[in-house]
Amino acid sequence: MTGPAILLLLAGLGAIAWVSARARALRLQTAARATGRRDAVHSLPGYHGWYVALWTLVPAAIFLAIWANVAPGLVTQSVLADPAAQSLPVDAFSRSAILGEARAIANGSQAGAFNPLSQGLVEPYAQALNKYGIAGAVLALVLAFAGGAFAFTRVRPDFRARTRVERLVMASLLIASLIAIITTLGIVASLLWESFRFFSMVNPIDFLFGTKWSPQSAAMGYGNDDAFGAVPLFWGTIFIGAIIAMIVAIPLGLMSAIYLTQYASPTVRKWMKPTLEMLAGVPTVVYGYFAALTIAPALRDFAVMIGIHGASSESALAAGLVMGVMIIPFVSSMADDSIAAVPQSMRDGSLAMGATTSETITRVLIPAALPGVVGGVLLAVSRAIGETMIVVMAAGLAANLTANPFASVTTVTTQIVQLLTGDQEFDSAKTLAAFALGLVLFIVTLLLNIVALRVVKKYREAYD
Amino acid sequence: MTQEQTNLTIDNPKMSARDVKVFYGEKQAIKGVSIDVGMDHVTAFIGPSGCGKSTFLRTLNRMNDTVASARVEGEITLDGENIYAPSMDVVQLRARVGMVFQKPNPFPKSIYENIAYGPRIHGLAAGKADMDVIVEKSLRRAGLWDEVKDRLHDSGTALSGGQQQRLCIGRAIAVEPEVILMDEPCSALDPIATAKIEELIHELRGRYAIVIVTHNMQQAARVSQRTAFFHLGDLVEYGVTSDIFTNPRQERTKDYITGRYG
Repeated sequence: MTGPAILLLLAGLGAIAWVSARARALRLQTAARATGRRDAVHSLPGYHGWYVALWTLVPAAIFLAIWANVAPGLVTQSVLADPAAQSLPVDAFSRSAILGEARAIANGSQAGAFNPLSQGLVEPYAQALNKYGIAGAVLALVLAFAGGAFAFTRVRPDFRARTRVERLVMASLLIASLIAIITTLGIVASLLWESFRFFSMVNPIDFLFGTKWSPQSAAMGYGNDDAFGAVPLFWGTIFIGAIIAMIVAIPLGLMSAIYLTQYASPTVRKWMKPTLEMLAGVPTVVYGYFAALTIAPALRDFAVMIGIHGASSESALAAGLVMGVMIIPFVSSMADDSIAAVPQSMRDGSLAMGATTSETITRVLIPAALPGVVGGVLLAVSRAIGETMIVVMAAGLAANLTANPFASVTTVTTQIVQLLTGDQEFDSAKTLAAFALGLVLFIVTLLLNIVALRVVKKYREAYD
Repeated sequence: MTQEQTNLTIDNPKMSARDVKVFYGEKQAIKGVSIDVGMDHVTAFIGPSGCGKSTFLRTLNRMNDTVASARVEGEITLDGENIYAPSMDVVQLRARVGMVFQKPNPFPKSIYENIAYGPRIHGLAAGKADMDVIVEKSLRRAGLWDEVKDRLHDSGTALSGGQQQRLCIGRAIAVEPEVILMDEPCSALDPIATAKIEELIHELRGRYAIVIVTHNMQQAARVSQRTAFFHLGDLVEYGVTSDIFTNPRQERTKDYITGRYG
């Protein structure tokens, strides 16, 4: 019996449970109402239906989920107990290869055997798979029936099915939110673990403060010393994401927010704000090739024209400028919110003193909105330093420690991509370095986000 | 009606309004109000909520300009000069006609900077020493100096509500206005803070023309020398405060004063 068939069968059972429980509740309630007591009936028949259907489905579904993880182990065990398995080689690697081949033939995803040993195991495998498949299906159906029957006996007019269903709804919502949290924790744990392995090969001091980055030479067997100095990457990341991009994004974002909140007519605002926010919806890869194919060559030509040496066709400036444009909506929408949150009375107070609109903006509104604006900028920085596509395409791979914006630099995210693409054994220092870089990036952006949210929250309280 | 009309004008008016109408979009909020405001006394505008008294007050320093849908007709003069004339500099007008709002609205800056704000944007102080003098003088006039002189650089928003409102009055005084408009300045304050503001209004009388909007009739009786009663966008009656409260000429005024409606 196959998986989809069992699921279909369960769904059918659930539907039957719903319909029959509802019908029963309806009948019992009609009878109870006839007694004339208002409290004789608690829940609508539909809730009884859901209650019984859930009792039919949920235990069986949980069992199937567990079974799907346990069954393969049981199958393998029973195959190994088969006399045909006695001739298997002892070494674990070829043993599991043969078993895998036998299983593939048994469930029909592979036609013939390369290894004669696996041919003999096909029959035991097929039997075991069949046996445990049927066992699982039967157990699931028994559970479904048992659950359904138990719940069905509880369908009475005064049974509080509505409350029970509510509790189940809450539980499922809780589980949904836990999944995101657990995933985050899992990611952090894997980052920490792999970074730990990396730092057992490379001294953390050398990694964090070394100025020479050449993981290729380490991979080719020249040793790990001096090859993993990440300072050029940190510098490149800050140079592009926190300096060049912000020089573009902060003034433009702030000024557009001021225009939209203070000067624009409602009609202009209605059109301009969504258009500006559309920038945030452009896929970053599009920004990436715009930077790489349009901006970067133009900047190089310009640099050559004004006589700057070392101008490269991949430059920090090209990546930074385009990233700055990408970030504008983040800065402007945060600034917009915080300027709009400054009470109207503040603005009136200033205007009534005989200040002009621009004096009011620079002397009252912006100082009052500053914490919110700073929060927005920090969030934008954290977004910019984690950004990958633009820098991969436009910033280059050379780990230069330079302040020349026309030169090629590289960033943490670019190097992570470099380290993890291509054929690499997974436990080399070169591959593991990607996790260490990821960990650093994660910590920095996490701190930026925490500080930004703190700042914004503190500021919100000031006017409540 | 002739009796009433003669009361509308006074000798040497500081500001006078003639047939002023205010519209918010289609809705007319003020229906042709004419009134004179003098230098030597406090003028109170009273009337039930929504009668247009605050709206009319805001036409006197053109704060209604900040409301996109508002439109003003008629003539309002300050020292004989029409403030709605195209040649009038609104920024300059508001420096001459200061305003104190219903809810204290100090800027989120220090006490010192709150007072220095106006003088700074209008270039009234030649230097730091000059500014110190202006700040002290303004805070003294606002009756706040003794309470805050040791903490001038603390935030203005950390003061109590009554102190904040006196700070706002001091802020308005700092630019040496000729007229001060007060829009229900005590409605957000407790009785003790209110008493202090009323005392302050007494002290400021004569130096500035003061117009105060209030929904509190006792307050109007206490602080003002002349009272105008507004109802449904009309100026119903205007006269010496004691006359209005003891001997109203109009039936509507009488009904309001005696609490028939409000």
